[in-house]
Amino acid sequence: MAVLSVDDLTVAYGDHTVFSNLSFTINSGDFLVVVGENGVGKTTLVKALLGLIKPKEGTINIPKDTRLGYVPQFRNLDEEYPLSIRDFVALNSRQSRWPWLTKKERHRLDRIIRITDLTKIAGRPLGLASGGEKQRAYLAQALLTNPRLLILDESTASLDNEMKYSLLDLVARFQEDGLSVMFITHDWDLAQRYGTRYLHMQADGYTAGSINELAAIVKGEEEC
Amino acid sequence: MLSLAFMRHAFVASNFIAIVSGVIGVFVVARQLSFLTHTLSEIGFAGASFAVFAGWAPLDGMILFTMLSSVLVGQMSIKESRREAVISAVSGLFIGLGILFLSLSSQTASSATSILFGSVVGISASEVHQLIILSAVVLAITVLIYRQLKFSSFDEVGAQVSGFNQTVISVVFLLLLALSVSVAAQIVGSLLIFILLTIPAASAKYFTHGVAKMMGLAILFSLLGTWAGLLLGYLTNWPVSFFIAVIEVIIYVIALLYQNFIEAN
Ligand SMILES: Nc1ncnc2c1ncn2[C@@H]1O[C@H](COP(=O)(O)OP(=O)(O)OP(=O)(O)O)[C@@H](O)[C@H]1O
Ligand SMILES: [Mg+2]
Repeated sequence: MAVLSVDDLTVAYGDHTVFSNLSFTINSGDFLVVVGENGVGKTTLVKALLGLIKPKEGTINIPKDTRLGYVPQFRNLDEEYPLSIRDFVALNSRQSRWPWLTKKERHRLDRIIRITDLTKIAGRPLGLASGGEKQRAYLAQALLTNPRLLILDESTASLDNEMKYSLLDLVARFQEDGLSVMFITHDWDLAQRYGTRYLHMQADGYTAGSINELAAIVKGEEEC
Repeated sequence: MLSLAFMRHAFVASNFIAIVSGVIGVFVVARQLSFLTHTLSEIGFAGASFAVFAGWAPLDGMILFTMLSSVLVGQMSIKESRREAVISAVSGLFIGLGILFLSLSSQTASSATSILFGSVVGISASEVHQLIILSAVVLAITVLIYRQLKFSSFDEVGAQVSGFNQTVISVVFLLLLALSVSVAAQIVGSLLIFILLTIPAASAKYFTHGVAKMMGLAILFSLLGTWAGLLLGYLTNWPVSFFIAVIEVIIYVIALLYQNFIEAN
């Protein structure tokens, strides 16, 4: 079952066309890795999927019941950012509209904080957390709504190898419960390790397919 | 001192002002709108002088001017790169207008000082009622949009995908801010209004790490300032707003020292 399908999508900033005629589908349980050089339009694609920019042409189809979770590439939180990790994660609670969290919401919050291994540091201000802790908090916030499709924009870029693996292992665990993932990365090794499908964006077009085919592209790049 | 009617009025009014500024101030600080709050208070000054000139109650003029302009100024200054220039220009214009209206009206000197520096003596029972109603409106709307306002104030990027319209929230908040500025001006005056709307909340964030707790502390800091300010003003006959300003700044300095102490350990 498709959780997202993109058909003939063209996105432009004014006169500047970022990419054109892009088509692909993400099915339930897929782990799609999106690769491509800096500036090729990966983040722009995500913004279009999230409805933050209007496509010039083409359609984006997301079933009504598909909730999206998004871990953005950049967040402007400084050292003095006051909220605790727990309160930051809780910002995304949406089951009720009361000013306080309901019992159900608190349960869900505690569970996500436990799964993302943040329990011990949940009371500390997010501004003082390390890069890896921050990424886990961002992930926890995105997972709080129990999304069907999780979009990660270079969420592992600032992490050491061990942290990269533990973060993606965590995501992969949710994948078993039917979560689909769209993971943007420059790390071909991670792409092949976790991906089931790939989308390779290039200045003059794109290729997409199952992850095995990515190996051939990697080889091609190495030869150049 | 509470046997004097005007002191009672001032006391009741200051409690509501403290609650509104504590609640709204936390969002002002999170959304980095301190500078805009300054501008709104200057716009409020122009509105109040216009009211004096036109023979209305100063509060009505303030509400009219700040509500009309808050959204405009807020939207113009969304781009951070040109925020300062826009806000300076608008401030300048409105201070100028304020001075003009005052000079055109007949009762210049005393009304000017009470608008600029606040005045406890002048607050009547009906003004207190108006202030309570306005505070209730501000607080009720805040409760209605609380979750969205909190999300967009404390995580703009994350809130983008949470399915509510951020522009609507930001416009509604600017209107709330405009109302709060008009409310708070009654005691501290338009010149020092940002004191209650920014400093208690800015201090609170060094002591606690949850939004509701920050509000609680900010309210407490505002109350401390206004209560002590009223008392000291009564005892010494010096301006209340002077004491409020000094007390809030002292609290802020203590907060900074506390933060340094925590970091050093
Ligand atoms: N708001 C904007 N206005 C105009 N052009 C933009 C805007 N945002 C991005 N661009 C341009 O669109 C192109 C694609 O940018 P995008 O951020 O999508 O690249 P990316 O593939 O995510 O790159 P990276 O790997 O560096 O994150 C770039 O040429 C960029 O300069
Ligand atoms: Mg990018």
